[in-house]
Amino acid sequence: MELLCPAGNLSALKTAIDHGADAVYIGLNNQTNARHFAGLNFTEVKLQQAVQYVHERHKKIHIAINTFANAEHFNAWQQAVDLAARLGVDALIIADIAILAYAAERYPQLELHLSVQASATNAAAINYYQQQFNVQRVVLPRVLSLHQVKQLASNTSVALEVFAFGSLCIMAEGRCHLSSYLTGESPNMNGVCSPASHVRWQQTEQGLESRLNQVLIDRYTDDEAAGYPTLCKGRFQVAEHTYHALEEPTSLNSMALLPELQKIGIASLKIEGRQRSSAYVKQVTKTWRQAIDACQNHTEFTIQADWQHQLDALSEGRQTTLGAYHKQWQ
Amino acid sequence: MHYSLGPVLYFWPKQQMFDFYKQVAKSNIDVVYLGETVCSKRRELRWRDYLELAKLLSSAGKQVVLSTMTLLEAPSELNELKRYCDNGEFLVEANDMAAVQFLSSAKLPFVAGCALNIYNHHALALLHKQGMIRWCIPVEMSRDKLLAILNHCQQLGIRSQFEVEIFSYGHLPLAYSARCFTARSENRAKDDCQLCCINYPAGRATYSQEQQKLFVLNGIQTMSGDCYNLSAEQANMADWVDLMRISPEAEHTFTAIEHFTQQKTMPLTAEHSNGYWHQIAGFAQA
Repeated sequence: MELLCPAGNLSALKTAIDHGADAVYIGLNNQTNARHFAGLNFTEVKLQQAVQYVHERHKKIHIAINTFANAEHFNAWQQAVDLAARLGVDALIIADIAILAYAAERYPQLELHLSVQASATNAAAINYYQQQFNVQRVVLPRVLSLHQVKQLASNTSVALEVFAFGSLCIMAEGRCHLSSYLTGESPNMNGVCSPASHVRWQQTEQGLESRLNQVLIDRYTDDEAAGYPTLCKGRFQVAEHTYHALEEPTSLNSMALLPELQKIGIASLKIEGRQRSSAYVKQVTKTWRQAIDACQNHTEFTIQADWQHQLDALSEGRQTTLGAYHKQWQ
Repeated sequence: MHYSLGPVLYFWPKQQMFDFYKQVAKSNIDVVYLGETVCSKRRELRWRDYLELAKLLSSAGKQVVLSTMTLLEAPSELNELKRYCDNGEFLVEANDMAAVQFLSSAKLPFVAGCALNIYNHHALALLHKQGMIRWCIPVEMSRDKLLAILNHCQQLGIRSQFEVEIFSYGHLPLAYSARCFTARSENRAKDDCQLCCINYPAGRATYSQEQQKLFVLNGIQTMSGDCYNLSAEQANMADWVDLMRISPEAEHTFTAIEHFTQQKTMPLTAEHSNGYWHQIAGFAQA
């Protein structure tokens, strides 16, 4: 099982490789990737350095070109594919069928991975991408139970990549317009969700308020930890109840499922967080490296207390969940 | 301009569905989409019921399109989808690439639903080659973005080869999840949901702590808090849009059908929005 770690810049990339990642995934600093945040991601020069660093250490580098291309700037996505091919990136992570078609036609030798943003949650959808574009790996959306992942693994011949740890999308990725509904900017069109430019914090008599494009997302008392106002994690009212109507601030942690994921034959475990710091990348990579090694080398796998502790400390709301993998959560 | 009625996104009792479609059969609507697109646990209407409705509507002169499930996870859901695709008589709307896979393999024409992520002309050219004859645009797409895409389609020589449909009235389907938010709102687990969506024929309204209506919970689907209303845009669309879609609501559906089919404007109220069309936040009014 590959440990695939995120890198928002060269320093995070080196950190991930140095601490045990088998592969890293990155994006260009433009609209072609789904973490299009200011100060993040790679220029052509940095990408070249990144490829060199990774390949000298015999590891792999994947590039996410995973937003949906817009008609007016379609060549920006084509150029991203061209660049990745030219620099010898190991795999391209793509969601848009038009970009998949371009990459498959122009560079048939390139390894294509279907981005989670394409929202392929079943065998027939996966077959479509495999037959049309020779996709060799599919990143599964965080909506499937472990049983469903298992079924997919036995019903398809592509390699499967699953999210192992990090921030949790409650919605099927690529199928959520909540952000554009409140802000005009969305993951599909702009590579952002609940963009920071629309966030306001305000201390009021009722507590600390977080707003997204002026909409009140949550209000915190002094003893509550305030989280980033991702709109699906707000506290809203339904009838007479005020609660996290969609999801609590929490992170995914699938470590307890490692032996089963290994048994199913999952190809890659993905760590979320290209927007996170090098310190985060270092800690998560180290911990998951130890866990995967322990799982592969021993018949009995137990989660060490310090791994759990370290991961909890890095998690949103300082709590973790098995997410959709666990049927109860659904 | 033609007018279509989208699939019922809510969970209504069987009798209500039959009564509703009997009224639809008498209305001026041109095209009717039928089918459960949100949750496979909703089984008030079975396959044979939908077929009965399809025949009723088609004999009333409507074009019937079978609309399919959006978030497909279980093999049993794929089997049901296959049954829709293999119906042998009615056009099918694909809301997931699984449906595109089944329909294109069988060389059948299809409608690309608004939940497919089609954002450019090359994606349209590809799907057209695979059988797409109509495209219902993503709900978050603006007029300007759409025009740009269609201009490029013109250059590719495919502009006249498929119809363009726009979700024009109703609560917008915004997101799909593994989780059931209606069950959650009743403090139930999804696998013990007791089909509680049936108690909320218009979904469950969700407000900010300042009583601003933000979303509507509809099972695993999250809808817009406001009702989208593009009735005032009809004249602007007349030359280049083929169909305007009205999404069934617990109230006002037939008023909407009447207004749209007579090219009348339904005035924007505080519960309406049209932001997406004008390339601003979806919940805003331009």
